[in-house]
Amino acid sequence: MIKKWAWLIGILAMPVLSDDGIFDEYRDLMGDDNPAIFVIDEGEALWFEAQGPLDTSLERCDLGLGPGVTAGAYARFPRYFEDTDSVMDIESRLLHCMQTLQGRERAVLLAKPYSLRGDLGTELEALVTWLAAESEGAVIAPEQAHPAEREMYALGEEIFFYRAGPHDFSCATCHEQSNMRIRLQALPNLTNHDAAAEAFGSWPAYRISEGLVRTMGWRLQDCFRQQRWPGLRLGSDVSVALQTYMAVNAAGGVMTAPGLKR
Amino acid sequence: MRPLFKTIVLLLGAGTLSTGVVSSERLDAALAGSFVDNGQATLDRLEQDPVQQACNQSRSTPPDPAIASNLRQERLDAVVFPLDGEFLGDWQRGAEVADNGRGLQSSDDPEQPNGGNCYACHQLAPDEVAYGTLGPSLTGYGARGQSEPMLRYTWTKLWDTHAYNLCSHMPRFGAQGILTEQQLKDIMAFLLDPASPVNQDL
Amino acid sequence: MSRIKIRAQQADGVTEVKALMRHPMETGMRKDQSGEAIPAHFITEVAVFHGERAVMQGYWGAAVSANPFLGVRFKGGAAGDTVKVTWVDNQGGTGEGETTIR
Repeated sequence: MIKKWAWLIGILAMPVLSDDGIFDEYRDLMGDDNPAIFVIDEGEALWFEAQGPLDTSLERCDLGLGPGVTAGAYARFPRYFEDTDSVMDIESRLLHCMQTLQGRERAVLLAKPYSLRGDLGTELEALVTWLAAESEGAVIAPEQAHPAEREMYALGEEIFFYRAGPHDFSCATCHEQSNMRIRLQALPNLTNHDAAAEAFGSWPAYRISEGLVRTMGWRLQDCFRQQRWPGLRLGSDVSVALQTYMAVNAAGGVMTAPGLKR
Repeated sequence: MRPLFKTIVLLLGAGTLSTGVVSSERLDAALAGSFVDNGQATLDRLEQDPVQQACNQSRSTPPDPAIASNLRQERLDAVVFPLDGEFLGDWQRGAEVADNGRGLQSSDDPEQPNGGNCYACHQLAPDEVAYGTLGPSLTGYGARGQSEPMLRYTWTKLWDTHAYNLCSHMPRFGAQGILTEQQLKDIMAFLLDPASPVNQDL
Repeated sequence: MSRIKIRAQQADGVTEVKALMRHPMETGMRKDQSGEAIPAHFITEVAVFHGERAVMQGYWGAAVSANPFLGVRFKGGAAGDTVKVTWVDNQGGTGEGETTIR
């Protein structure tokens, strides 16, 4: 009898157990430190390194603000590019530059864009991390002037709520309500501006559990794996559309990446 | 205004989406081009069944009542109850099923049993603090007793929650073949057996 | 031999070294799925060198988490000097990383 009451009081007194609450302490201990700093350095070095059959660096890569302009570029993605007549995310734009400026083959680049457990990091992950650091503190401002960009937002919204697979999971299953968690992992409500800004602005991020920096493109791919959906293709319409949906919902927020996550 | 709009759109044809902004052709093309087979997670998983179709039409708002009640009845009629009439298995095995978050992912071994991953969304045994909040707490579920109606109700919720709550977020553990009949019986025991940790607070 | 990611920056006569090591830091207490204990595998010694001089010597154990992130500050060091970090583990494995102070 007493035990039952104690439990009830205990439950009422306990704040909502949130992974991020516990993790905040960890972040405080780390201070400004983030193991992603090494990956930032690697990314910067890769940007300026001559590679491929054309033995050229990525210095003339146009990320939307003009060839070679990297400061603030990440925060404006996804966006429409005339030279490809398509809306692109940062990863597919980087692959495009690797192909056109460096002469590298797309199939080879796509063979292993993301690390597997135990790896030390891939070229794409490092470049994305450096570019995100070049946008640290910038306002999240994905381009929505072009009709194709707006169409991507609408498609992203549609996919966000689209249930499929043996578990009937959509993104919304986990990410359309506020203050929810899965096990002890807090779930951002991506339909809500503040939560979307905090979530979108903190990727790419160093994941302690993997000892690796992971990108937003990877995160979407891994979400679909957990949703029991088939494999998401890098830079695909669904990937770009969902990134557009999140970025637009986050617009006005601030980029804090690279982040630190469990 | 919005419910009327939806009804009109639904009556116009199954191919139209509730928003009308993204055509079903565009959506289908995007889906087909954006995914590849990955291990056991194959493209055919994106094929829509009536529950998914109805819930995707209406998104987060409850579907049109007329459509909803028909679909709920269909789902209820399709529930497969244990042939031997025994609903309760072993709660210790059930606890493992509840704890196991694997199954049907491209990264999972198809030879291994699937889990229910119940703790992802629900509180169950009171001494397990790593539980999610997407679903209600099931701690003390056994207080409901083991009457025939309660056994059938609980089994139906696990088999196909849409029989009662259309467009619920919960997976259809029986109808979609996620868990075997024995696993479902073991989960039933985990929920209803007075000896189960779920009910130790009583 | 495992590579260590390392960065060293000097300011106002103090050099700050940050290093990230890839290591499972297995305690030996965990069991795998078949119930067998996973063998202990962790860094036992770590050292930071400024040129030839050891500025830090550490003796670690199982309590340090996987992929340790180390931060060390020492007096002295000028831009262009070499800083090296090395480790040895209980299974005889080693790791090393080198950089120049910025």
